[in-house]
Amino acid sequence: MGKKGGRILRGEKVIRVKIYINLKEGVADPQGATIKHALDSLGYKGVSRVRTGKYLQIELGIEDREKVKKEIEDMCRKILVNPVIENYEYEIEEVK
Amino acid sequence: MKFGVVVFPGSNCDYDCWWAIKQATGEKVDFIWHKKKDLSGYDCIVLPGGFSYGDYLRTGAIARFSPIMEEVEKFARQGGFVIGICNGFQILLEAGLLPGAMRKNKNLLFICRYIYVRVENPDTPFTNLCRKGQVLRIPIAHFEGNYYVDSNTLSRLKKNNQIVFRYCNRKGEITDEANPNGSLDAIAGICNEKGNVLGMMPHPERCAESILGSEDGKLIFKSIVKKTGKQGKR
Repeated sequence: MGKKGGRILRGEKVIRVKIYINLKEGVADPQGATIKHALDSLGYKGVSRVRTGKYLQIELGIEDREKVKKEIEDMCRKILVNPVIENYEYEIEEVK
Repeated sequence: MKFGVVVFPGSNCDYDCWWAIKQATGEKVDFIWHKKKDLSGYDCIVLPGGFSYGDYLRTGAIARFSPIMEEVEKFARQGGFVIGICNGFQILLEAGLLPGAMRKNKNLLFICRYIYVRVENPDTPFTNLCRKGQVLRIPIAHFEGNYYVDSNTLSRLKKNNQIVFRYCNRKGEITDEANPNGSLDAIAGICNEKGNVLGMMPHPERCAESILGSEDGKLIFKSIVKKTGKQGKR
């Protein structure tokens, strides 16, 4: 079986990429602050800070890891992340 | 002169813009579907408010890749007038036609009410009928209007007079209480360095008829007509 334009065909490995998008340091996060406030009022004393972010899961039918990295970096820079206020990191894993 | 109002899937102030511009200026106004790829013959392009693509991912992040946006960028580079209102402003930021980004409002609420803005720069194509320091009464309606930009870019905006509107109180004073969404430096609207692209969170199209409580929005649309010098010319 072959690959066609990145489409996942039966029996092929699937690469799953988990992308975490976070607000840059210094960018105010009112949602995080509100959640921290809620945790405080519920009695969780040890919470020093809460930051919110976004989590995306992208599956690709590309096997070559370097190629996956390149695609993901490209997607992040082009559309998924706003570099003015956001940072990102990602993990690549194989799923069957 | 001729205005064009771009319609994205999810735009909802497009008809208001069309109506307000027509009433305020008497000039020709067209709707332009976002899949069109031709802006020839237009003097001013309006990116209206709304929730283009459901605000998915980030406000304006997907609309910015609509086919029309390549043309809008070209149009802006050639000096054409572009005004982005609310979601239109968010799209201009995502497209990089204006610097900065929008965060959620500081109070995490969708705010829909009249506010006041002070005209900081009356020497733009969009504000030439205003006085410096003039206070406009104009409504906002957004969840993500909390403007942010890094400090270097902010200094550049100030130096180049690119801050066009700032939130203020009725007397024109800039105070924390008068800043509805937490925007950096109370910024409500900015233009690009050349001055031909304006982004603003308040809605001039919602206050361009006396029956609606304010006509201050008219000043913006009429300023554009004045700047083109093509009043009544089709």
